[in-house]
Amino acid sequence: MGKLFSNKTKEVFVGPLNKNNPVTIQVLGICSALAVTAKLEPALVMGLSVTIIVAFANVIISLLRNTIPGRIRIIVQLVVVAALVTVVSEVLKAFAYDVSVQLSVYIGLIITNCILMGRLEAFAMSNKPWESFIDGLGNGIGYAWILIVVGFFRELLGSGTLLGYKVIPQAFYDAGYSNNGLMILPPMALILVACIIWVQRARNKELQEK
Amino acid sequence: MSGLRKFLDKIKPNFEEGGKFAKLHSVFDGFETFLFVPNTTSKKGSHIHDATDSKRTMIIVVLALVPALLFGMYNVGYQHFLAIGQDMGFWGTFFFGFLAVLPIILVSYIVGLGIEFIVAQIKGHEIQEGYLVTGFLIPLIVPVDTPLWMIAVATAFAVIFAKEVFGGTGMNIFNVALVTRAFLFFAYPTAMSGDTVWVRTKGAFGFGKGEVIDAFSGATPLGQVGTATGPTADIVGTLGEPLNFWDGVIGLIPGSIGETSVIAIALGAILLLVTKVASWKTMLSVFAGGAIVGAIFNWIGPDTAVAHFPWYEHLVFGGFAFGAVFMATDPVTSSRTETGKWIYGFLVGAMAITIRVLNPGYAEGMMLAILLMNAFAPLIDFYVVDANIKRRLKRKSPSNLPQGEALERS
Repeated sequence: MGKLFSNKTKEVFVGPLNKNNPVTIQVLGICSALAVTAKLEPALVMGLSVTIIVAFANVIISLLRNTIPGRIRIIVQLVVVAALVTVVSEVLKAFAYDVSVQLSVYIGLIITNCILMGRLEAFAMSNKPWESFIDGLGNGIGYAWILIVVGFFRELLGSGTLLGYKVIPQAFYDAGYSNNGLMILPPMALILVACIIWVQRARNKELQEK
Repeated sequence: MSGLRKFLDKIKPNFEEGGKFAKLHSVFDGFETFLFVPNTTSKKGSHIHDATDSKRTMIIVVLALVPALLFGMYNVGYQHFLAIGQDMGFWGTFFFGFLAVLPIILVSYIVGLGIEFIVAQIKGHEIQEGYLVTGFLIPLIVPVDTPLWMIAVATAFAVIFAKEVFGGTGMNIFNVALVTRAFLFFAYPTAMSGDTVWVRTKGAFGFGKGEVIDAFSGATPLGQVGTATGPTADIVGTLGEPLNFWDGVIGLIPGSIGETSVIAIALGAILLLVTKVASWKTMLSVFAGGAIVGAIFNWIGPDTAVAHFPWYEHLVFGGFAFGAVFMATDPVTSSRTETGKWIYGFLVGAMAITIRVLNPGYAEGMMLAILLMNAFAPLIDFYVVDANIKRRLKRKSPSNLPQGEALERS
């Protein structure tokens, strides 16, 4: 086990969760972060899908890394990602049809998610399969937790529900409370991501740009 | 006066470094400079001294808003008693409006100034005076029935995200009061549009209760025009009486609290123009832009009621005049170059009418038009300055001089 979770591997996993987060630090994958976070459930499913796809794409590319000719590597990477995205998309359609309808094109568009190509190019092409898997997992979860936090607040404040269950009691509405329609609109996702970035940089001074 | 000065001097040590209330230093400082002109001056660098500082500028804008506020209070009462079919006389009417509007003003100031105080405390600088005007504007641009907690949430959002994150007073890109309204508009559309929010039908603190009479209709003129299905619309007042251009000028019609009366707004505009706090170029060009685009739609617009709405009525109904006088001229968020003011103002007016006419979802286009142009104001300034530089460079280079002149110089 010592070899499996060396300090380097740990760093590879923990880095993307906070100080090298793909969404808040590298500002990648913003498009889907805005599009699928109006409700918590699609955000969860999207985060899970991306995690699975990045992790396995990383492993496959890492296994192939010594045999892929440099000039066509992008195409090879795209084929691998496209195959995994198709598998995930079909599984969702089969077992979670409602969510797959809500996510619509965004599952397919995972192919164009910058986090994927970024990890494949920057990490999997030059690292061993196990590290690549951990790296994919870390980046996927780093992406997912941002989506989940944003989705949590957008659904709670925008619809008064969580995962479709009503959590704000009817008494609140009777007393004059109403849902915030702006939360449902995409701009609010951007502002929430900005808030996460704000908190994160306030807590980690070394992340602040001069 | 000197008693007050003595009192301040006496308690001042408490608020200085090491004093009991050193944490509240910026709060004390804010009140002290609010009451007295500070007697310290800058020691370094060159400064241009002027009788007006930003506190005085802000106070002038607040004074300019007072007619619109007073008229707005009266109109709130007037509409209310029309709706319930009672007559309370002038003072009763005004008093009702006062009771209905006062909580909104208090909420706006308490929330906004509270955040300003906290931020000043955290950053350790003085309290900035910009919120004096913003806090006064917010109550004037919302419907009287907006729930107070919504105003509190929207004010907090606007002050934090439209102002403090950009660096506070003078650094904001968007007009803070309009961001408040935009937040309300998009977050709680049912409380900000439709025909039930503009006239208060319930009492205020138990005063002026009554049953709404049958003839009552609470839609704003622009709301009626915007939702009309036919090619023409007859705009009517609270009791169904037809309205014309002059009703819009006088302003005893449903609408946001301070926006209805062009006369009250004009009084404020005169003060702003005489003291040169606002730019007449921006103001004039907003009206010109609105009038021209309104006339174009009258002439070759689509066959809808709002496109046929006469251009001169566009200028007096809704928030057009209020926005033109108090919002578009905001020195922080509008263009600063003189040519830029013409372009900026014209586009604000033109966009406002375009939104009103072409987008049935928005009966009122002024808010969105000004916010949109706020975003473009720096770009306009950039190109105006750039064009100026290019023109002067051209004048200098010998190849562009007239033939004879170039020869003479060489």
